[in-house]
Amino acid sequence: MSPASTIRFYQTGSIAVGNRLLDPDQRSVQADEQRSNAITCGHRACQGCGEALGARYALDAAMRATGGRMIAANATGCLEVFSTPYPESSWRLPWIHSLFANAPAVSTGIAAALRAKGLDRDIRVVGQGGDGGTVDIGMACLSGMFERGDDVLYICYDNEAYMNTGVQRSGATPPAARTTTTPAVGPAPGASFTQGKSAPLIAMAHEIPYVATATVAELRDLEAKVATAMTMRGPRYLHVFVPCPLGWGSDPRETIHVARLAQQSGLFPVFEAHDGEVTGVTPIRRQVPVEDYLRTQARFAHLFKPQPHTETIARIQAQADRNIRRFGLLPDVQGGS
Amino acid sequence: MFEVRIHGRGGQGIVTAAELLSLAAFDEDRYAQAFPSFGSERMGAPVVSFCRVDERPIRTREPVSEPDALIVADPTLLHQVDVFGGLGPDGYVLINTTRSFDELGLGELATGRRRERLLTVPAAELAREHAGRAVAANTALLGGFAALCGQISLDALARAISERFAGAVGEGNVAAARAAHGWVVDELRQIAGPGPDGGGRAPAGERSGAAAGRTMVEG
Amino acid sequence: MQQQIEGSRAVADAVALCRPEVVCAYPISPQTHIVERLARLVSGGELAPCEYVNVESEFAAMSVAIGACATGARAYTATASQGLLYMSEALYNASGLGLPIVMTVANRAIGAPINIWNDHSDSMSQRDCGWIQLYAQSNQHALDLHIQAYRLAEELSAPVMVCMDGFILTHAVERVDMPSQADVDAWLPPFAPRQRLDPDEPITIGAMVGPEAFMEVKYLAHAKQLQALESIPRVACEFRDAFGRDAGEAVGGAGTVGGGGSDGAGGATGATTGGAGETAGLITTYRSEDAETIVVALGSVIGTIEDTVDELRAEGVSVGVVGITSFRPFPLHAVRAALAHATRVVVLEKALAVGLGGIVADNVHTALAGRSAHIHTVIAGLGGRPIVKASLRAMLADAVADRLEQLTFMDMDWNIVERELQRMRASRASGPHAENILRDIGTVAAGPV
Repeated sequence: MSPASTIRFYQTGSIAVGNRLLDPDQRSVQADEQRSNAITCGHRACQGCGEALGARYALDAAMRATGGRMIAANATGCLEVFSTPYPESSWRLPWIHSLFANAPAVSTGIAAALRAKGLDRDIRVVGQGGDGGTVDIGMACLSGMFERGDDVLYICYDNEAYMNTGVQRSGATPPAARTTTTPAVGPAPGASFTQGKSAPLIAMAHEIPYVATATVAELRDLEAKVATAMTMRGPRYLHVFVPCPLGWGSDPRETIHVARLAQQSGLFPVFEAHDGEVTGVTPIRRQVPVEDYLRTQARFAHLFKPQPHTETIARIQAQADRNIRRFGLLPDVQGGS
Repeated sequence: MFEVRIHGRGGQGIVTAAELLSLAAFDEDRYAQAFPSFGSERMGAPVVSFCRVDERPIRTREPVSEPDALIVADPTLLHQVDVFGGLGPDGYVLINTTRSFDELGLGELATGRRRERLLTVPAAELAREHAGRAVAANTALLGGFAALCGQISLDALARAISERFAGAVGEGNVAAARAAHGWVVDELRQIAGPGPDGGGRAPAGERSGAAAGRTMVEG
Repeated sequence: MQQQIEGSRAVADAVALCRPEVVCAYPISPQTHIVERLARLVSGGELAPCEYVNVESEFAAMSVAIGACATGARAYTATASQGLLYMSEALYNASGLGLPIVMTVANRAIGAPINIWNDHSDSMSQRDCGWIQLYAQSNQHALDLHIQAYRLAEELSAPVMVCMDGFILTHAVERVDMPSQADVDAWLPPFAPRQRLDPDEPITIGAMVGPEAFMEVKYLAHAKQLQALESIPRVACEFRDAFGRDAGEAVGGAGTVGGGGSDGAGGATGATTGGAGETAGLITTYRSEDAETIVVALGSVIGTIEDTVDELRAEGVSVGVVGITSFRPFPLHAVRAALAHATRVVVLEKALAVGLGGIVADNVHTALAGRSAHIHTVIAGLGGRPIVKASLRAMLADAVADRLEQLTFMDMDWNIVERELQRMRASRASGPHAENILRDIGTVAAGPV
């Protein structure tokens, strides 16, 4: 191979990088005509829905990794609602929706049944939910599943609010964000500044085999993490950042771009952890100030009217900076503070 | 139907005692129902358990309010809880104590009742001696009960105890039960006094085996 | 085989005979001995293959059962009281999805005030969630009902809860006849689900259904329960053929529970008959065929009532008892027929529809619509207050003398109630009811046991 071929690819597409085709084994699952289309087209997601994009990539990657031998349990939420408008269903794998709070527990039940029947080596289990169903109302079941060591990959699609019911605040809603229950009025418009509730960190505190964050700005990375997760047994947790154009007030064409800004600002750190310890991070290639990210979304528009709320923006920047320090997201910054 | 009420404190094996009694009755092909008065488990708190024994299936489930026999495992309850409530004039009483009825302040209880039905037995001491632990007083008491009331045989009780407690613990408990049984037999003989044949009469109600009917000897 | 064991153990062993593949349990008094026994059987390898899942809540327990059952595994859980309420959302989910889960409810009161003792308020609160509800009168009945429950549930694709009185039955040691594994294997074929999560044949379970189809789907749950009105008697008769006795029948003695129209004679210790075959398993009757006054009740109190009936009959009082085994579906026809000739009906129940009165009585009213019998409601035994023969006798004496009011509360201390009402009238900030009353009656009573 000539030296010219050993070029580092920062951003590979589905089948190409730059102007060159990728080797077949480096192509996205989505490039494969024989992909499972686990969640197939015709669902009712909004234009530009980050969750639909993330779910498609994640599930097809999981289906490839498991040879199509998979069962999925889904919490109530956007993904469940837009994918099963009676009498139609987008799901081409065995799929069950039970309740809002119990997707992890239903997943546990499926895994237990498979084990009792001696099918657990053959058939794998994926649980899915939004941030509300995972971080808030589903937290007890999620924690129980982690603690018991159940053989489930749980994927949380985080669009940072209860979107399906009309954009109400969740435990994952970032500070200052406008939602219908944290309206942009009064002296401190938008969601409060709290210490937040990091589901990935909570998952790591359970010291489960694998925890990773991913984003629709890094779809290949998302696929790779799903594939990695499926090489393991026991509880695994994947937290995927998925912008919601409707709820965030962002341009549906810019979903991936908005997600990239979140990552490049440090607000959404992308990392991997094994057994409770961070083992890898995706560094920020070109850091952007949080303001660049915040300006893309109407849910933060009140921070810039009539004048920029410099103090609030600075506080958000401080959170991003802390993430950068904590996870070592910049080359000259070592993680761990 | 024969109804027994057992009084004690949490930790004294009162619930187990009722269960063992029922197991012994079952062993002799009778029907028996054992259940505790229910409460949050707490060491030292007053506990009551019940056992009904009958030849036919037992349908009622109310607490035993008119016991045919009372077993009191802890004499400190005597003036704290209404232990004797509902006891009929012919009722049996067996108290775990080294003291006498009078010394316990129960002299009044004895008036109008059959002397040979009100007994004390040092069950804790016998348990310590034969089982190595005072906590086996409950099984000792049951041995005494077997002799006193004749509802279950000592052998059936021994089998029930052995099934419930394995190995050395079971053996010790059985020994304690036998000792208490013997104690009560002696007591009853003394109460009965010399009989017409010059020797002590057989104590009231001693069962000799599984199919034997009860020998009731009027005192 | 005849055994002298605790009710909880009898139920656990019977469930184990049914070969559940997933047991998921969260402990709550008074169900704990059931799930502990099952844990021992699974850990010791006696119940295998079976996955025992220690869940973090009752809501999780039912959710795990849902996932397991949807994957084609026979699933079991048990709960009581607060736990049943906590899983309420999941109960509706299970019945709506048609998942044949079997669950034991160790009947216990619902707080506040917190109370661990028996009454029927827990299962009654879920009477309309779509689960079949069967109430056991004895430990034999309880264990037999579980064995029937799996057959029933899987036939209908509907979940079944077997209700047994907490402490009174769960913690009572009495004789039971435990069937053999071979007999239960012959009785219960492997679970053949109506729907299953299977990669070979992917299906979607749990879609959203809008106004265009919801009523039809919901009706199907109702239709299954109507079907159960026929299935339950048939299963009861099949049970008798398979196991040589009726459910709940005490082997070797007189005094049975369960129907099927055996000898029909009500002797002094006589058999309890369920009338004709079509009511078997739905209701039981004892000396009611010619009774002027009939008591209607559920669960273990029926035994105490039967003893009372015998005493009163010996005194010339025309009284009998009808026990309801299947509360859901409610056997309207069977109840109507059994009460047809009675002059007065006394519904004795261990739950209260706050603001209305009796729950069972309400259902009985529906069954007797248009009939002229007087129906009295007696609320008794709430929070574990013992129901005693003396009080039953007094109540029935009032009933027979037509002195009994429409709605009465057995053994209620009206002085306590009045004192608290006075306190409430006297001061706005009168304090918590329970604490006031407990102070009133003293926390340690040197009263009768």
